Amino acid sequence: MTPDIAAILGVDGIATGAIYVLVAIGTVLIFTVTRVIFIPFGDIAAFTALTLAALDTGQVPGTIGLLVALACLATLVEVTSLVRKQAYREIPYAFLYYLVIPAAIALVVWLLIPLKPPLPVRLAMALLLILPIAPLLDRIVFRPIADGTVLLLLIVSVALHFALVGLGLLFFGPEGVRTEPLSSFHMEIAGIMLSGQTILIVVAAIVFSALLYLFFDFTLVGKSLRATAINRTGARLMGIRPARAGTVAYLLGSLMAGVSGILIAPVNTIFYDSGFLIGLKAFVGAIIGGLASYPGTAIGAIFVGILESFASFQSSAFKDVIVFSMLIPILIWRSLAALHSEEEVDE
Amino acid sequence: MRAFKLLLLSTALAMTTAASAEIRVGFVTSLSGAGSSIGIPYGRGAAAAYEYRSEVGGEKIRLIQLDDGSDPSSATRNTRKLVEEEKVDILIGTATAPSTIAMAAVAGELKTPMIAVSPINLTASGEQWAIAVPQPATLLVKVVADRMVRDGVKNVGFIGFSDAWGDLVYTGAKAAEQAGLIKVLTNERYARADTSVTGQILKVMAARPDGVLNGGSGTQGALPLLSLAERGYKGRNYGTVALINPDFVRVGGKAAEGIQVSAGPVIVAEQLPDNHFSKKISLAFREAYQKANNMPTTDVFSAYAFDGWLIFLGAAERALKVAKPGTPEFRTALKDEIFKTKELAGTHAVYNFKPGETYGVDDRALVIVKLENGTWKYAP
Repeated sequence: MTPDIAAILGVDGIATGAIYVLVAIGTVLIFTVTRVIFIPFGDIAAFTALTLAALDTGQVPGTIGLLVALACLATLVEVTSLVRKQAYREIPYAFLYYLVIPAAIALVVWLLIPLKPPLPVRLAMALLLILPIAPLLDRIVFRPIADGTVLLLLIVSVALHFALVGLGLLFFGPEGVRTEPLSSFHMEIAGIMLSGQTILIVVAAIVFSALLYLFFDFTLVGKSLRATAINRTGARLMGIRPARAGTVAYLLGSLMAGVSGILIAPVNTIFYDSGFLIGLKAFVGAIIGGLASYPGTAIGAIFVGILESFASFQSSAFKDVIVFSMLIPILIWRSLAALHSEEEVDE
Repeated sequence: MRAFKLLLLSTALAMTTAASAEIRVGFVTSLSGAGSSIGIPYGRGAAAAYEYRSEVGGEKIRLIQLDDGSDPSSATRNTRKLVEEEKVDILIGTATAPSTIAMAAVAGELKTPMIAVSPINLTASGEQWAIAVPQPATLLVKVVADRMVRDGVKNVGFIGFSDAWGDLVYTGAKAAEQAGLIKVLTNERYARADTSVTGQILKVMAARPDGVLNGGSGTQGALPLLSLAERGYKGRNYGTVALINPDFVRVGGKAAEGIQVSAGPVIVAEQLPDNHFSKKISLAFREAYQKANNMPTTDVFSAYAFDGWLIFLGAAERALKVAKPGTPEFRTALKDEIFKTKELAGTHAVYNFKPGETYGVDDRALVIVKLENGTWKYAP
């Protein structure tokens, strides 16, 4: 391996890692606030890519059907639980949040499709369609078992992933898609080619990480999320509703997943089941950060990207084996370094 | 009650006589699940075949189609159902290799001949009841290797999927190396879900090959070509029929231009010379396909189902002279006649089957096609 090759591999690894950063930070965000390891995260990224591809070709994306179906189901669940609690006054709000808003989004997108809107509008449409999906899934699947153990939540999350893959096949079909590059820009720094797409991916990762930092440190909602993450009961005593915090976390997480989906769509062919591997590799990055620290997660995800890139050069057939084998030393190191967490004491 | 029983009996009798007056074909394909992008074309190909000819030697043919959902256990169940309940005389199927192997096992057990439309290697144990229509992977690569020799390409870099398909193509390339045709310099692999093959391509480039063999398939097969072009690779590109789909051309764009792949002649039917064995039958197939499905053909898979049908028609015509449909004797005769198929011209190949061999195709089953200005051109 020459320095040239190492440099190219390094750049490539950072670009791949930056995608993992977005997904990993979203995973950590949802985990800390709701204690759910949200396995279907990668699927949401893949669905965004598929939605964008459908919009690019002027077709009605399957996401619209998925969104409307989930919205109806979530409304039903919410209204039933409100009736049981005899909180009849909140029912109109439930309809507004769980049915009217998602349906309005679906309708607006559906009306816009025949007008052939320009690319920025299509990106916004794809993101708007994807954003409500994770919060709706949260309402249907996770809210009723929000106080369960982490293990229970994880198992349900795995089941949800399989359900989503099935739904993905139903709504998007078996064919893979690849969208047009967002920019055709190319530049050379010290003999290394950098494509506009690579730069865009890295910049997006930095911008979203920075925005998240600002959000957590300087806004009330962000601070309430952090409070919920640190101590659910304590946050509740201070007047923060964990369910609401969870919804915000899912919305933010979906945004990260959606952005990574849009960024990855021109780089690779995305199938309805492509999201899992992306999510899993990002999860390795998140584990390096201990599923708690955002800077740690970002560094971990970049590390996974670079490791993958060099592994693909050294021994391409064993690339994934090398990446996932990293988990063993990392877990040993983490369990030796960390003290018992609060979670274990609880159970 | 007695009258009712009599009625039942007579209907049953009527049904059996009706059944023996027609030949029943059990067709399994994957209309859903992971194999559906191949399975749906197979289904359309079978519809075209039925449209092409639905009777043989004066007997009507009945086509019974079932979906296996790309799941081997469901393929097994469906095969059993077709033979035991529908009393089919012959089986055709299915889209994925594991399901096809599962089907062949049931076919052997229930002594029903089977025509496999997926490339599989049947391990010979006991009596052979199944044959396979497509070109085996080793042949696909051998024809490409012959072309490489003609192009003066000696040192070849390989990059392909890290799955069974990549293995098959690599084994084919190694076999060509053994035969002294080419030298394989690299064995680089990537997964379908990978976002980048930069590392693998750098390694391939470092080996300085004259040509690169692509062991990928479909749209994702374009990824190495894009990376190669990005790194300034100027050599030739080669691949197999697995790459041919409309999305590959769209995604590959300029980077895929000039790639040569080996494929069945049906792909370029209208460009073939008039005396080519495949031309007439391929055009007939296209016409039947259009009529049956109301759309033009764009894939390579539907033609395999069509060729399977042709093999069945030929064998059934001869078998009808020996036994009546719906009987075990007919099924045995059908199997024996399939293995006597001689020089049968199909859309993909000229078929010759022999007992003890799964495949019945030779070099004529493949032509080299080249991607020029976004369309596949016949390159003899």
